[in-house]
This record gives sequence, C-alpha cells and structure tokens, in this order.
Amino acid sequence: MIALTVNGTKHNIDVSSDMRLLWVLRDILGLTGTKFGCGMSLCGACTVHLDGEAVRSCVMPVSVAAGKKITTIEGLSEDGSHALQKAWVEHQTPQCGYCQTGMIMSAAALLAKKPQPTDADIDESLTNICRCGTYARIRAAIHTAAKSV
Amino acid sequence: MEQSLKMSRRSFLLRSATVSGGLLLEVTLPAYSSAETGTQTAAESSSNGPEVTAWVLVNPDDSVIIRVARVEMGQGSFTGLPMLVAEELGCDWSKIQAEYASTSEHLRRNRIFGTMLTGGSRSIRDSHEYLRQAGAAARIMLTTAAAQQWGVPVSECMAANSLITHTPTKRQLRYGAVAAEAAKLDIPQDPPLKDPTDWTVLGQSAERFDIPDKVTGKTQFAIDTKLPGMLYASIAHCPVFGGRLKSVNADKVNKMRGVVKVVPLEDAVAVVAEESWWNAHQAVRALSIEWDFGENANVSSDSIMEFLREGINLKKAPVSRDEGDVETAFAAAAKTVEAEYYAPYLEHATMEPQNCTVLYTDDRVDVWAPSQNSEATAAVTAETAQVSIAKVEVHKVHLGGGFGRRGLFIEFVRQAVRIAKTMPGKPLKLIWSREEDIQHGRYRPVALVRMKAALDASGEPTAWSVRQADQSIFSAIRPSLIKDGIDVVNVRTFADAPYAFPNIHMEYAMRNTHVPPGPWRAVAHTHNPYFRESFIDELAHAAGQEPYQFRRKLLAQAPKDLAILDAVAKAADWEKSLPEGVHRGIAVQDAYGSYTAAVIEASVNAEGVLKVHRVVVGIDCGYVANPDSVRAQVEGSVVFGLTAALYGEITIKDGRVEQSNFHDYKMMRIAEMPKVEVVLKPSGGFWGGAGEPGVAPLAPALCNAIFAATGKRIRSLPLSQHDLRKA
Repeated sequence: MIALTVNGTKHNIDVSSDMRLLWVLRDILGLTGTKFGCGMSLCGACTVHLDGEAVRSCVMPVSVAAGKKITTIEGLSEDGSHALQKAWVEHQTPQCGYCQTGMIMSAAALLAKKPQPTDADIDESLTNICRCGTYARIRAAIHTAAKSV
Repeated sequence: MEQSLKMSRRSFLLRSATVSGGLLLEVTLPAYSSAETGTQTAAESSSNGPEVTAWVLVNPDDSVIIRVARVEMGQGSFTGLPMLVAEELGCDWSKIQAEYASTSEHLRRNRIFGTMLTGGSRSIRDSHEYLRQAGAAARIMLTTAAAQQWGVPVSECMAANSLITHTPTKRQLRYGAVAAEAAKLDIPQDPPLKDPTDWTVLGQSAERFDIPDKVTGKTQFAIDTKLPGMLYASIAHCPVFGGRLKSVNADKVNKMRGVVKVVPLEDAVAVVAEESWWNAHQAVRALSIEWDFGENANVSSDSIMEFLREGINLKKAPVSRDEGDVETAFAAAAKTVEAEYYAPYLEHATMEPQNCTVLYTDDRVDVWAPSQNSEATAAVTAETAQVSIAKVEVHKVHLGGGFGRRGLFIEFVRQAVRIAKTMPGKPLKLIWSREEDIQHGRYRPVALVRMKAALDASGEPTAWSVRQADQSIFSAIRPSLIKDGIDVVNVRTFADAPYAFPNIHMEYAMRNTHVPPGPWRAVAHTHNPYFRESFIDELAHAAGQEPYQFRRKLLAQAPKDLAILDAVAKAADWEKSLPEGVHRGIAVQDAYGSYTAAVIEASVNAEGVLKVHRVVVGIDCGYVANPDSVRAQVEGSVVFGLTAALYGEITIKDGRVEQSNFHDYKMMRIAEMPKVEVVLKPSGGFWGGAGEPGVAPLAPALCNAIFAATGKRIRSLPLSQHDLRKA
C-alpha cells in the first residue's frame, strides 16, 4: 500500500510502485482534471504540485510522491476562485482547454514563488505546450492575476 | 395536430440541411423509423421545458436552452452558434444556456439538426441562416401563443427581453408562461430576419459557455470518461502504413499486473487491462509482435521526393487553369523567374490523444469519443458492432483539439468498438499513446510545386505558370472532389488566385503515396499560400518593386483581398522604418470564404538565429458572430502557422514515421511567442470562416521577412532545416 495525500485527503492505494502518479490520479482516484498529453514530461498537461513545486506527473513513479503533499487542479480552489482561474476566465484564455489545467498549475507554482513575475519568469516556468496557441492570453492572465493578489 | 407539427418541423429542417453543402460525411446514415425505437414526441425528447422548435427549449423560469449540433473543440462554436439563435429569439443573453443536440434524437428525427460535422471553418457560415430562422420562428410562436391567450391579433404584440407585450394594453406575458402553448403551434416557414444593423447579440463579444469548467478541470473530455468496472486498452499499430499483423506472443504480458487479454487486429494489437491505462500500456510495450510490413517498407522521404519530382517533370498533367497564352508571353519576356518549393507532411498533434470509450451490451452501444462528427461516430459504431444505428448512443463531449484530425477519420472508434464487443457489458476505454498518435495520423500531404513567371521590360508581370505535384486527400474518400484528375481542394490558392496575370497556365499532378493524408487545419491553404506568396515576393524582387505595392497592383480587381492587405499594412506601419536588423514580410490570402493578410517583423542574428518580433494579421470574415472568438482563432492560427513554419516536419524512413513525440515533433512554446496584433475588419455582406483562414498567410509572411533580413529565399519548410546565417 502506498500512502498519498492529495488535495488534503489521505489515500492508501494498492498499485505497483512504478505506476506513474498521473495514472494514479486519473484512473485510481478519478481526478481527471490532470491530463495525459505525451507521457514523456514534454508537454506539461499533467502538471501538479508536489510540496508546492510544479512537477510533471506523467513520468513520476507514485512511490516518489508518497508522503508528500500533492495538489491537483481540483485542489487549487474549491470553486474556481483562485486568482489565476478568475484571470483565465477574464481573458477568455482557453480554447480547447485540454492543456489549460496544466498551464494553470504551472502558473500557480510560479506565482507562489514570484508573486510579480516578469515575462522572462513566465517564459522560463511555463514550458507547457498549448496546441491551440493561447500563449498570449496565458501571459496576460498571469499578469492580471499577479496584480490582483 | 402532432402529425402536422412533425411534418412542418421536418420540412423546415430539410430545407435547412441543403444550406450546408460542402464537406459532408462519407458514411451512409440510414434513416430509421420511430417503430424501431418507439415513437417519441418532441416534448418527450427534452429533459427540460417544452421544445418550442428543435433548437430552442424554454423553461418555465424563462431560462432558455439552445441546442448545438456542431462540436466545441476550442473554436467557440458552443457559444457562437447559440448567439445566432438568440439574436432573433428576443430574450436576454444571460438567460441562455447551450447544450449539445443528441445524435440519436437527430437521427430519429430525420437529421433535424442539419449536419453535425465540425470542420472546414463551416459551423457559423453554413448554419447562420437556419439558426437565426429557428430563433425567429420560436419568437413568433411565443408571441402567437400570448396573443391567443389574450384573444388579440398577433400584430398587436411584440416580443423583447423574454417578454411578450400587448402594445395597446401594455399587458405582458413571460416566455416561460407561454412556452408550453407555443410548442403546440406550427413552425412558421421563412420567418423574416433582422437587418444586421439591428443586431444586439451578434457582433458583440460574449463570454464563452465552456470556459469556466475548463479552468477548474471539471470539463469531461472523452478521455476523462469513467464508468463502473471500466477496463482500459492501449494499442500498438504496425509501424509501416498498410502493414499487417503476422503474430503476437503474449507470454510475457499475460502475467503482468491487471492484464485481461490481448486483442489482435489486422494492423494492430491491443492489450486490455484492469485498474488503469498504465497497466495496459506497460503490457503493450512488452509484447513481442511480428509484423508483415509489406512493400511499403521501402518507402522513404527521399523516394517520396523522387515521386513528387516525377510529377513535376511529367510532360503533361491535367490543367487546373488556363487563361491567355503563356507560351507567347514567356517567349516575349524581358525576364523570367522560376522556382521550386516543397512542404513536408505534418501531423495534427491534438493535445487530447485519440481515444474512445465504449459500453457494448446486448441492448445498445454507448460511445464517448473526441470526434468532429458525431453522426459518423454513430454510423461507424453501428457498422462495426453490427447493430442498428438506432441502438447507438453517442455521448457528445468537448474535444481536446481537432484541427481536422478526427472529422473524416475516426478509426479509434472502430477499434474500441471491436475490442468492447468481445466483452459485452464491460465498459472499455481505449487510449492511443502520443507515439501512436504522431506515427499513425492523417497527415497534411507533402507537396512540390514549380512556378514560373514572366516580366516585361517595365517590370510588369505578363505570365504565370504553375505545376503542382502533391498528394490528394480526397481521392480515396470523396471521389466527387476529383475532377478530370484534379483534386479541386488541392489546387485552391492557385486555381482561384486573385492576381491579375494576363496569361496563366496551371497543371496538377496527383502523387498519392502510402502515407495516409488528411485535412490539417486550413488544408491546402497551409502550403499553397506559402508557395504562392513566397513566389510573388520573388517576382516583386525580380521586378525591382516593393512587395506590398507589387501585390496591390495585381489585386486591383480583387477589392476584398486588397482591402485586408491595406488594412494590415497600415496597422503594421508598413511605410515606417524598423530598428536596425529587423525586417518585414507580407502575404495575403483568401480562404474559407474569408480574407486574410499578415505582416511579420523578424530578425536573424549573425549566428543565424531567427527571432519573430511582431505579427500583424488581419481577417475579413464578412459578418462576425462573436468577435472575441474570432480574435482568439486568429491568435491561435498564428501559433499553428508559425509552429509549422519553424519546426513542422514528419519524415518517412523504412515506410514509417520517424518522429514520435514532442521532442522530435516540436511545438512553439510561450517563450517564442511574438507580439501578435489581430486586425478584425468585418466588412459585412457575407459569412466567412474563422477557424482556419488565419493560418494561411503566416509561413509566407515569415519567409518573406527572412528574405528581407538575409537575402535567403526559403523554398522548403520547416525553417529548422535551414542555415539562416547571411550568405
């Protein structure tokens, strides 16, 4: 059994220790806001927080996450009220939306460290892929969120 | 009464369906009678308030549900289409919610919602008339119901803001209070529509309905489907297109965690597992598979290039356009310019990989799939499961990207149904890995083009000849689009070029390979505009003329192309000088009924590193439903177009795709994002598309800027294959 704390809730799960955290979240715990995009830590659709750090859950063995505090998009806010989520709506950022939860989790980790990020900070931290091409609105939404907190 | 109501609905929609020509699905949709499923009246079909028309449900509390037939894949149709209905309905926008029209109900009711195919930038432009009429019809029915209740002439009543007012007495009734009676009335035919100058909903930016759930993770994409006792499948296809499965040894995987079974298909093997897709995928990777690669195993990008070149060199090829006499003009030319251009295969890489969840039981088959065409999903499911289509229920969901990948080709549905049918009662979710997605796509075809033009002594263009050699998307699936050996889609941009050359001759050599082609966002308007607009730039340079003004002269008879070109040049400060080292390129293109142009500012440093500083891109799509959505589509098109120009390339070796994931099939990221300015210039009077046209001018505008910066003419893509250091 592996003990996981996800969005403040403790779970004891019986899976192989090398199962990637992404699939534990999605298939075992039913938290489907975290997405599968590449399986190789290339696109960032699977981004979650591990003790506050943005990590790509598609390559992380669940055993590595055991005992750490995991936050997914479902735990970022109860009702979509995180400053980034509000800014994302204000800027009408998502198109297809598939990558956006990963984008928001990456941005949230950035804001937690740097409440007033520069464009260069955003470039460095948000290496996720958006195939719809919403990057300009993502950048604008992060700056809006930074102003509001 | 019920009978006449049905007839009237049917004729209303039958007429509507004819509006939506263009790309229709290539599957036969058997109409089936109500006897197969039990008669269902209109009122029963909705879970909410009464259905006033098929598109409009009005609840007792005045809230309104507007049905959406097309699918939301990021382009904003789930909001833009209801805006069309709402404009004529006369209710507050705030009262409106959108819901997907049920595919099974659609089929039961004789395709009452028109086409459900989402593609070709057609959602708004092909349904604006019947959707506005649906709103107008509902408003008239609600007004009539109120007039009947009051016993007054309808002409004395008016509807606005969800209220019907009897003007002489100022009595009022709410929409919700009369909806049940309105639903019993005949649907008026050809209701008059508002003059666009009176619009209050259309043309105003509305917040999209789908966005709030997309920022919380609540949106359920097909890949997020979760059913009790669900099993998972991962799949490996024969790496070589057209190859076959010879044998599979499952000894190693049968004891792996969760593995339920191995399912061999003709050209693929799937493993079904419990607990998680992870288990299924680990097992697929551990399989020992022997493939029969077949004769295509010898094909490479080099051999494909040879094949294209043969097409270029053929003595004769079908003529796609012939005006004047190019031979005489070339003989008299003071100067000729000749160039050959190439564009590679491209894959869609939708962020949500291909997937499909199926629950097959003896009574019915339920399907969840990221399909751009839910009618095709139903038809493919019925055909594969060998059940009546009346027993298929397609659950409509938003798509994690589409870009043309999954409109005409939904083989993942077929696969999932086949696997699920071996396990009745057990829900099954098939997911392709990203590697399978990149290596088993439906690719933007390769193309090689040779162009030649003549200039007279004063630098005026006198002749233009084009030989295209490329792969047809539609020859295998829509023979009606092939005319005398010419793929009418593939020749667009050339055969319909607005440039006024006095003599034009164009030929098309179809070069079909074993690599499966498909429509990729903007289809032929991806590579052809790159070829054409780069070549026009070459010609301007050869004529010693400035490229913007050179185009202006050639577009004198094409006022809409000219207007968007002018608007973009003005917005981009074309006449103003730029900082040292920064250079501009320009391009113009009409596509999908809209007009676009772009100016790109770029620089190339001494090491040959390209930087895109600013992109000004304009669109005239005639009328605009939701302006912010059109802007968003054009912004997205910039990234899609630049990604292809910078990095996009699928290559073939030993008959298979060499790229496999985002490390070798690169995408632009936020750090590379230039400043983008969208020039929205809706000139009215027509309805053009918005999802794809913006892609068209990007690559040529960029390559023309690179030429201005370096003197290097980029005659093949992607740019990552070029040394951009100054010669």
